[in-house]
Amino acid sequence: MSLFVKKLLGVGAAVAALGLLIGFYVSSWASSFPKSVAATTTTTSTGASSELTLETVGTSGPKVSPVHPDWVSYLVKSQGRWVHSTIYTVPANSVVHVTIYQFDSPTGLRNPFMAQVQGTIDGTANIDGKAVSAIDPEEASHTFAVPELGVFVPLPGVSEEAKHPCEAGPCEPSTSDHRTITFSFRTGKKGRYHWQCFVPCGAGFIAGNGGAMQTLGYMDGYLDVV
Amino acid sequence: MSEPNHGRRFALIWLVATLIATPLVVVLLGPILPPGNGSEQASGKVTDNTVLLAMAMPVLLLVVIYLIYAVIFFRQPKGGVLEGPAVRGDSRIQTTWIIVTSLLVLTLAVYGTVRLEAGYGAGSGSGPSPVTVPSGPKLPVQVIAQQWKFTFRYPTYGGVETPHLVLPVNQMVELHVTSLDVIHSFWAIQLGVKADANPDVDNIAFVKPTKLESFEVRCAELCGIWHGAMFDYGHVVSASAFNNWIHQQEVTFAPATKVLPPYSTTYLPEPTRRGG
Repeated sequence: MSLFVKKLLGVGAAVAALGLLIGFYVSSWASSFPKSVAATTTTTSTGASSELTLETVGTSGPKVSPVHPDWVSYLVKSQGRWVHSTIYTVPANSVVHVTIYQFDSPTGLRNPFMAQVQGTIDGTANIDGKAVSAIDPEEASHTFAVPELGVFVPLPGVSEEAKHPCEAGPCEPSTSDHRTITFSFRTGKKGRYHWQCFVPCGAGFIAGNGGAMQTLGYMDGYLDVV
Repeated sequence: MSEPNHGRRFALIWLVATLIATPLVVVLLGPILPPGNGSEQASGKVTDNTVLLAMAMPVLLLVVIYLIYAVIFFRQPKGGVLEGPAVRGDSRIQTTWIIVTSLLVLTLAVYGTVRLEAGYGAGSGSGPSPVTVPSGPKLPVQVIAQQWKFTFRYPTYGGVETPHLVLPVNQMVELHVTSLDVIHSFWAIQLGVKADANPDVDNIAFVKPTKLESFEVRCAELCGIWHGAMFDYGHVVSASAFNNWIHQQEVTFAPATKVLPPYSTTYLPEPTRRGG
């Protein structure tokens, strides 16, 4: 084998190895995105509506997030089980009924303006069976907000003295202390809308806005209106 | 055949091209330069951009025409490779170059400074103590940035905070730009306003909208994963429409106003508590 062929084979092998590494990196990055979860949709003569059931946990836990088990996170209910995703699909020009089981303790809003319920059908949210238009900003644990749709709903926290706190996700309302928040809002035209939590709940990060607050699949995501 | 006077010929071509192209560019391109004429500050920026373009045209033509001239007239002649003549310094060209470029830069520096101050910051943030402040009544509006949304507070209307920016036409507005977390930048594109939003800093910018229109609001400082989602649309409306709107906002956001801290030029950037 000539020296030229040897060099050629060597360079070819190095290029192939590098290509494999890049391919592996790209595929693992692409597969790290959460899968989209469709809301349960019903269509009647008056139009389409859908149900979205979510929960927020202060600690994801190793079952939900082996990579970041101590991060705070949203979960969504799909086919009877809790799924770690923040990408939800809902119908366009419809009413979305949202139920959130909130298991986390309060952190407090950075901007108390977000303590007011905005953009829901009647301007209120139902918290533990009571319709409210605003909460105490100090009591906020998280928010569910879709700024482009004008939807802002503050979620009050569970008492820090709760007897049965949720230790790690997923948690069930039947076994852990929680707050139940329900509200409805209308979707508009088709599109991808960003949603997020406005409480700086990324504990352990600068200004509380790192980690889970900056990672798709935890405290922010997309609302795919289709 | 004797060699023509390239210097004189080139200078003549450049002069004619400059005299034709510069007015054309000013007349045809000037009116469509960004950011438009949505405010006095935006119109001022269009004027400044036109002046800069007019000053840059002769320089651009000098370079481009010289390149084309050299390609045409200084080509390697057919029939063999010839060593070019040695290039030595030319003190006249060097002196002219230094004087002309120095004059250009100094003129731009003086022009920029004058325009900046005469335009009360020309739509940019001037810090908490602007050097020049417009006289007459001003509508104070606070721009509050946080990851990843701008909200707006109107201290002369009970300190009400709103999710959208609405401004009255032909009214000088005093924007107080601040942030609750990281560094952002408030950019009202068609109004020609761009001001850094820093935590614990009151960055003041002045703008006088002159046109009834909608304008884009964007964050112009990479501020995290959802920086691209930090946008909104603002509106310039008539004085009466603004009055109606702001009074409606006072009613709509009364529950939030009750729990807001008293109006302040800056707010404590730290969260009140940290949870897990």
